[in-house]
Amino acid sequence: MHLETLAHGHSLFHRLDPRGKLAVALAFSLVVATGHSPWAAGVGLGLCLVGCLAGRLPLREVAKRLVAVNAFTALLWLVLPWQLGLGGGWLGLSLKHHPQGLMLAGMITLKANAIVLGLMVLLATSSVNQIFHALAHWRVSPRLLQVFFFFYRYLHVLHREWHRMHLAARARGFQPRTSLHTYRTYAYLTGGLLVRSYDRAQRVYQAMLCRGFRGTYWLLDHFHWQRRDGFFLIWGGLMVALLLILELAA
Amino acid sequence: MHISEGVLPAATLIAGAALAVGGISLGLRKMEQERLPQVALLAAAFFVASLVNLPAGPARVHLVLNGLLGLLLGWSAFPAIFVALALQALLFSFGGLTTLGISTFNMAFPALLAHWICGPWARGANNHLALAAGFAAGFLGVALSAILVALSLLTAGEDLLGAAQLILAAHLPVMLVEGLVTAAAVVFLRRVRPAMLAWDR
Repeated sequence: MHLETLAHGHSLFHRLDPRGKLAVALAFSLVVATGHSPWAAGVGLGLCLVGCLAGRLPLREVAKRLVAVNAFTALLWLVLPWQLGLGGGWLGLSLKHHPQGLMLAGMITLKANAIVLGLMVLLATSSVNQIFHALAHWRVSPRLLQVFFFFYRYLHVLHREWHRMHLAARARGFQPRTSLHTYRTYAYLTGGLLVRSYDRAQRVYQAMLCRGFRGTYWLLDHFHWQRRDGFFLIWGGLMVALLLILELAA
Repeated sequence: MHISEGVLPAATLIAGAALAVGGISLGLRKMEQERLPQVALLAAAFFVASLVNLPAGPARVHLVLNGLLGLLLGWSAFPAIFVALALQALLFSFGGLTTLGISTFNMAFPALLAHWICGPWARGANNHLALAAGFAAGFLGVALSAILVALSLLTAGEDLLGAAQLILAAHLPVMLVEGLVTAAAVVFLRRVRPAMLAWDR
């Protein structure tokens, strides 16, 4: 399971301080997600496309993620223009055409694409550990960050473990079908994984105690806020303000 | 069960975020230091297990497993589900930052209810009742989440009625599969490691 596919690179976005990027990403998502103006969403999408090119993100990976998002929005294009009504028709149900739905589907598609692209440009260009770190500097609850850290650290380990168990089941001739046997097998695999993760957590905690863990997770390296981060924050702030003005003008 | 960005109105997002923050901070406060790695690793295990597609007739369904997670973790389900959703938003750009709160609540609150309602039976002495409680926990976890998601969509206006109906209908087979899998998993855990089910809170 390779997760941080966009985090490697040397573009401007990869080098910026994650604290600044997180602040801009949050403000941008909030403004775009709650907006009603198609202009604001369109300009937001345009800005993110420019950022995507400027950040020299691998376009195939970006496209792959956008396809995943738009699989969902495509569903909305199919569903929103129709509504299920009671009475008449087949089984007492009837489909009614609902023209406003089309507008809404278009709006949601614009907004969802803008935000997903924005998150890719601003957040996926940092490693997950850098983002934890930025959140720690923001005084987010240290215990929540510890849960986050352990979760991410052992996700890969447990994924490999799952893969091994699954392989073993297949080697014994297991083939998934729509049957109680299949569901029971998956339940036992899941249960097995849970038991293993529980035992591993106890070993991890004991090892931490041996090394003198007393509940504080120390930050070893610190960010250095540079002039370009200040410029980026101002620029990002201006862009979000522009979107807000477009929103209010509409 | 994600709600895409840009669908819900600000009021719903804020209410969801407030509920999620309340649940997460309570969950963290009730968690002893010793249990912290356990909660995190169990959350990771649930995340891995829910990546799997199961066959259900002609279609394939994703397990949600929030009922089972609730049975094992109680209030800690809030931080556990939150970190999983936050990771998806950060890495896969799946879901998003603004919907993180409402999505956490929509999945974690049914988990907590499963813990309260089905937990005592799943831990109890009677094997048949435990099996039924496992089924109910899995079924209720998904059913209540789907209902909460549908209700959240309806706060965005009546235009989304069709989508809300579709979500409920699409989750009917998931509820059944989830109930069966959770029931079998409860039986498995009772045999193999009953202490994991006996966690209080």
